[in-house]
Amino acid sequence: MSADRTRDLQVVGHSVRKVDSLGLACGQELYVADYATPDTLVGYVVPSPYAHARIKRIDATRARAIAGVHAVLTHEDIPRIAHTTAGQGYVEPSPYDNFVLDSKVRFVGDRVALIAAETLEIAEEAGKALDIEWEMLDPIFDPDHAMDEGAPIIHDEPEAHMPIPVPYDPKRNMAAGANMGDGDIEQALRTSPKVYSRDFSTQYAQHCPIEPHVTLGYLDARNRVVLITSTQVPFHARRITAQAVGIPVKRVRVIKPRIGGGFGAKQEVLLEPLVASLVLATGRKILMQLSRAEEFLSRTRHAIKVGIDGGFNEDGTINGLRMRVQSNTGAYGAHALTVMCNCGSKVLPLYRMKAVAFDAKAVYTNLPVGGAYRGYGATQAAFAMECFLDEVAEDLHLDPIEIRRRNHILPGEGSPVFAALGEGKPGVEQKIGSSGLAECLTLGAKAIGWEEKRSKPGTGTLRRGIGMCALMQGSAIPEIDLGAVHIKMNDDGSFNLTCGATDLGTGSDTILAQIAAEVLGVDETEVLVYSSDTDLTPFDVGAYASSTTYLSGEASRRAALAVAEQIREIASEMMESHPDPATLVLKDKAVVAPDGSRVTLGEVGLRSLYQANQRQVAATGSAISHKSPPPFSAHFVEVTVDIQTGQVRVVKYVAAVDCGTAINPKLAEGQVEGSVLNGISYALTEEYQFDDKGRMRNTGFNDYKIFGTQDTPEIQTILVPTWEETGPYGAKSVSEICINGALPAISNAIYDAVGVRLREGPFTPDRVLAAIRQKA
Amino acid sequence: MRISTRINGVARQFDCQPGDTLFDVLRRMGLRGVKEGCDREGTCGACTVLLDGKAVLSCITPAPKVAGREVLTIEGLGDVASPHPIQVAFADAGAVQCGYCSPGMILSTKSLLDRTLVPTQEQIAEALSGNLCRCTGYVKIFDAVRDAAAALQQEKKDNER
Ligand code: FES
Ligand code: FES
Repeated sequence: MSADRTRDLQVVGHSVRKVDSLGLACGQELYVADYATPDTLVGYVVPSPYAHARIKRIDATRARAIAGVHAVLTHEDIPRIAHTTAGQGYVEPSPYDNFVLDSKVRFVGDRVALIAAETLEIAEEAGKALDIEWEMLDPIFDPDHAMDEGAPIIHDEPEAHMPIPVPYDPKRNMAAGANMGDGDIEQALRTSPKVYSRDFSTQYAQHCPIEPHVTLGYLDARNRVVLITSTQVPFHARRITAQAVGIPVKRVRVIKPRIGGGFGAKQEVLLEPLVASLVLATGRKILMQLSRAEEFLSRTRHAIKVGIDGGFNEDGTINGLRMRVQSNTGAYGAHALTVMCNCGSKVLPLYRMKAVAFDAKAVYTNLPVGGAYRGYGATQAAFAMECFLDEVAEDLHLDPIEIRRRNHILPGEGSPVFAALGEGKPGVEQKIGSSGLAECLTLGAKAIGWEEKRSKPGTGTLRRGIGMCALMQGSAIPEIDLGAVHIKMNDDGSFNLTCGATDLGTGSDTILAQIAAEVLGVDETEVLVYSSDTDLTPFDVGAYASSTTYLSGEASRRAALAVAEQIREIASEMMESHPDPATLVLKDKAVVAPDGSRVTLGEVGLRSLYQANQRQVAATGSAISHKSPPPFSAHFVEVTVDIQTGQVRVVKYVAAVDCGTAINPKLAEGQVEGSVLNGISYALTEEYQFDDKGRMRNTGFNDYKIFGTQDTPEIQTILVPTWEETGPYGAKSVSEICINGALPAISNAIYDAVGVRLREGPFTPDRVLAAIRQKA
Repeated sequence: MRISTRINGVARQFDCQPGDTLFDVLRRMGLRGVKEGCDREGTCGACTVLLDGKAVLSCITPAPKVAGREVLTIEGLGDVASPHPIQVAFADAGAVQCGYCSPGMILSTKSLLDRTLVPTQEQIAEALSGNLCRCTGYVKIFDAVRDAAAALQQEKKDNER
């Protein structure tokens, strides 16, 4: 089906070179820090040494007197405006519990003061020279006890509130709550022949973009605050910065240059309000760049406990599932509600069931702050769900693939979860339009050697195991996210495409160019992409929720269609026979009539700008989505487990993915491979270690290991094409889904190898060995 | 202290303060292709440059150490108008996502391919083991190194003819 529709495409579906890749490979493309000039001051955040304390008195006199210090801002110096740092649409479904600076600190590393100085050393010295009288408060680190009677209250300030009507109870350290259900879950569990209950937990982790958060700010000649910043959400950054520092939106301009990776960390409006505050205080150019240690304390993956109770029939079909979620959002509630809700909404609809229930809470603790991280809740809950199903399959003597086949959602089917669970409000009902999951299961199983290799652990020190899982995600947030693209034609027949969509290394600039080029009948090199600058480019929510290809790509298609229509009209004027514009075809950089007459786009461009009936050929395309079509994926992994050391190694990993049409297969593969390895690294090594004071102990790559070249196993990507009717050229999303597979697939593979179930990540040698010993 | 060295084939002199690293000096000279990704503790590889053809981490290389030696940064390898085959291979293989690790990766690759044009997978992984990339999963980076090796081999053959 999809092959028929993609066969004749000239640009879409082809692995053209990413438009910025050569400039990046030559070190010529610029990132935020590259815009610094010799007169730029360093912006610095004085970190809290305590997990929970009040600033009773703060005196910056000595700090300000240090030579080279240009500003020291404490909470007494700036407006106190409650806001959220979550870079989400307006109104944000995250609590307003954050201030640029506050008289209270809530985790180790929280902001105490802001400093602008000639050098980082001077800024640090000034930080130490602050004279602070602290009132120590009891901290709470254990999410299980955060809501206990009498627990320390982390957000006792009167301003903390949730801007949308959802459960929020800061007096009990509850950052968010959600409940939903469909059908009678109690009855389903009571009457099912087989009932299971299991609990899983995931750990704190960090995105680790190799470029940490960084923002450069200055006042321009019209007294506006210009922020060149490493962000996934330029327009949200503009809005939230204006709000947080108390200036009009029109006084802020946000420019996103090249970005050194984001993965969700930069969906947070973290440094922009701080830099804006220092710029307003000093009138100087300020560069604030987090150190790696600070980056670990910026935003994290929410550590989440997920429990599942399920009622099954003997044949493995599901009667009902209840998912119980407890998310640790740390000291602030950014994305607390939505990540938690995604645990349900991006995992439960994968399977058919008669009754479903979702019961979730996010709690505050005095630990680092959760945020958006690729996978966004689905990572944590897919671990639980897919391990759970593996256990059920075993008990019912079913092949793990088979239990998925018997239950997974099919094209044409809906799920009550879609309608019940949205972003802090009911979701949007939808039926699955496209799904290649069945084929993903078949092809993935074949590629890993499922039949031959499964349940043959061997007998030596190194045991072998095979595991798998099935996954879904979404594509954009329906009825909320907007993407817009503007295209104008130049006098040589080339085009400028401007968009607010945010290429943070994903290749979205290239994807949008390919889509426009396909419509306009040109190579993608004829479409010059510029993203993003809030003064110059149309609005886009930014790079999150797997929305860019699906949504901004559709906006690009629409803009190009409108431009193509204008081009046809002009071409018809130019052709002697004045054919009906609707009969004209754009191809090979020209417009061609049925009778063979032909004008080039260059001729059209010249005429439109200089010669006759002049006008600018241009159009803006906007797209919102009425559904969020899930991409689907099946992952298979082969591991070895050393029963003497507990060391788990991934030998081979196969990800079979249905992302609809891959607009650029090579770039789609790159998204898969990158997220797979990040997932493996999370499953096997990445976790925060805290001491009893709530201090993170492993804040560098020496102690917090992320996978390098020598750790990387063979990764095989299989793209399974389908056609999503609502997406541009049949496309769905691809960038997030594949980070979710490693935890469950590897856990299941470890079981196949050594017969122990790991329900808590990461699967470090210690944990694996302990499990093996416990079993023996 | 005044240091004389060669940077990207040109004799250069620079002043350095005590504690200055090669990274500091290169950035000050406006060579912005050298990146920083850890707290200059030598754990990310984004600041990799070649010193006498050998990959070094400029963030932990004391600036005076380059006196009388030859430094190559990504700017000296090639530019978009005339890129080096390794740069082309990285761009074409899809090995560049955010690109922040790319200058370091490419220079580590150069130092490997200067030694051998038929690297094994183990040699590639070893040569790039100090360069972290969070975007690509390294798969396409390995492809790029092999493609670059093939291109350079071809170039060598063409030159011999
Ligand atoms: S900056 Fe990380 S190794 Fe040099
Ligand atoms: S391409 Fe982004 S870190 Fe390597």
